[in-house]
Amino acid sequence: MNTVVIIGAGVAGVEAASQLSEFGHEVILIEKNSYIGGKLAKWDHLFPNLRPASEILNNMEEKIKRSGFKILKNTEISGISGHNGKWSLLTHKGESFEPDAIVIASGFGLFDAKRKEEYGYNIYNNVITSVDLEDKLKKGNRIKMTNGKTPRRVAFIHCVGSRDEKSGNHHCSKVCCITGVKQAIELRNQLPQAEIYCFYMDLRMYGKDFEELYRKAQENYDIQFIRGRLSEASENMDESLLIKAEDTLSGRPLKMNVDLMILLVGIEPGEDTISLCKGFKLESDSSGFIKPRDMHIQRNLSSQEGVFLAGACTCPMTIGDTIDNARAAAIEVHNYLRKKQSA
Amino acid sequence: MKKEGKQQVWKEYQKDIADNDYYFQRSCIRQNFFPGSEYAFLKILREELGKNIYDDARQTTCTGIGYHSDIIPFETIQTVVARHFALMTEKGFHNFVISCVTSFGIYSEIFETWKEFPSELERTRHYLKEATGREFELPWNMTHASDIIYKFRDEIFSKRKCSLVNGDTGEPLKIVEHIGCHYAKIFPRKGVGGAEFPQVLSGMIESWGGEVVDYPERRHCCGFGFRHYLVMADRGYSVANSKKKFESMEPYKPDAIVCNCPGCTMFMDKWQYVIAEMENKTYGTNGNGIPVLTYEELAGLVLGYDPWDLGLQMHQIDCEPLLDKMKVKYDPALKYAGKDGEELGVPLQPNFIH
Repeated sequence: MNTVVIIGAGVAGVEAASQLSEFGHEVILIEKNSYIGGKLAKWDHLFPNLRPASEILNNMEEKIKRSGFKILKNTEISGISGHNGKWSLLTHKGESFEPDAIVIASGFGLFDAKRKEEYGYNIYNNVITSVDLEDKLKKGNRIKMTNGKTPRRVAFIHCVGSRDEKSGNHHCSKVCCITGVKQAIELRNQLPQAEIYCFYMDLRMYGKDFEELYRKAQENYDIQFIRGRLSEASENMDESLLIKAEDTLSGRPLKMNVDLMILLVGIEPGEDTISLCKGFKLESDSSGFIKPRDMHIQRNLSSQEGVFLAGACTCPMTIGDTIDNARAAAIEVHNYLRKKQSA
Repeated sequence: MKKEGKQQVWKEYQKDIADNDYYFQRSCIRQNFFPGSEYAFLKILREELGKNIYDDARQTTCTGIGYHSDIIPFETIQTVVARHFALMTEKGFHNFVISCVTSFGIYSEIFETWKEFPSELERTRHYLKEATGREFELPWNMTHASDIIYKFRDEIFSKRKCSLVNGDTGEPLKIVEHIGCHYAKIFPRKGVGGAEFPQVLSGMIESWGGEVVDYPERRHCCGFGFRHYLVMADRGYSVANSKKKFESMEPYKPDAIVCNCPGCTMFMDKWQYVIAEMENKTYGTNGNGIPVLTYEELAGLVLGYDPWDLGLQMHQIDCEPLLDKMKVKYDPALKYAGKDGEELGVPLQPNFIH
């Protein structure tokens, strides 16, 4: 039996592990956290149909039970050595592995909103990120200003740390547009009287039912979309925020007071992805994600033999795309091991 | 507002500031509008801090205002900057201290240009040699004069005669800090605290006992903007910018405004008079404007210098309300006296503002 080590027990890692177990390989899934699910574990509802994230997590748990592969939680990779398909891995607990194949499923990182200093995250009281909002929604908290008042005007700011030369991220994070639309609708349900604005550069509604949700947000939920990138935010005396942007459709500068500002933070390669990329001596793309061997026909193969890629360690992806990508990675690994055995 | 968030940003933007042996690059307009500022800077450095600083009579303007008005070509201003570096080199100095924020932006821009495009540096060396026969070394350390006062702010406070505290109430004075755009907005890494939450003046205010007013239009331009002021037809934009700032800071009831840029100090000071004449509107208390000081003047007051030696009588907005709050000793009768006590005459008083 071949052994496959998968690094990361998020959506991609669990899916690849489950598939490879089904194919009859021994799978060891290594996860640095004490829980599975990665970023999904912290999410409340998913776009575009607002289904609870817990449904996907439950599905992952079921797959783990059914497949019975080994999961090492609270475990980090501390050493990588080898080449040409022969790899050794060492964990920080001192365990070592010499697997026949490795799948990197280390996922993505999130843009640190503090880097966009002009938006005042971590300085102004009523500036939060999409991740903070999702956390509040998951905990069932009412959305309030820090002074306890109900916000009367809310602004979502798209593309924070995406398509932004200043922060060094040229790529589009792909999922923030629809996340903003989803969260704006959720906020509308909580704040029926509030004015809710989305400040965007482009709205990239590329996925199935994304455009429909965007239309619903305008027609049924009275979300106002303003095409214009925010230049800066400042705090008023009452802790509300003065924001400045240019409405690029009307061609006029815009100044507005809002009670709450939500920064839709972009996706970056996470620290783990960067570290694994270096450890395996893999190539990275201009945004720092791991570069597949071929962006069209070998998306799950890395530049090193025996090292495969699954999910958002290569680029931002939706959950559906991540699952598809992880399954494709499992097929690539299976075919590789079969050929290796017969050689 | 979370102070600790600002402190985290400040940690990211600390710069190397030389400890001693400075070559001083003066400002052209400061010496006219706020003539006591550079005097105070040199006095503080030499007499209070015991530093060696060279004040060179051979300097010219950096031509920054001409450059920003599109009448001085880049090649010319590079050569003027190179000449100043040559004067510094000839005197054996390596630490270049710039009094003006416009100049600081110019020097920083040219310094970075030469780093990115070494051919520009070589061409400038050639032009300078041809024109003057001079050669130059690049400075080891280049700072704005406010960086130096910031660096030694605690030492200055240890020699204080008064602080930024209201002597009647014991409360910290509320001070608006305004940083010139060209101090850090072009190169955030060249400003203490960066561009969005600059620390250079906040650090002084807090170290000297005051409280910084962070108001919504804090980052907004003072209204100088070069073109807005220089093209007379656009001057209304300049006043409108300043007005926007005054209206934004007014609810916080600031006791003073402190600036590190000559243009900002001048416009924040003088446009209050213009707005008062145009609209009968003042932003201070009891019909007064909000006093506007340079950081050296503020440091001088903390050190107990005579306000008239600091040139505060040259300000459009009377500084006496601030002096009274700080319990600064001064003789009102000497406000318009010359150095030898000769009466120079009292200027005409405005209709609506003091």
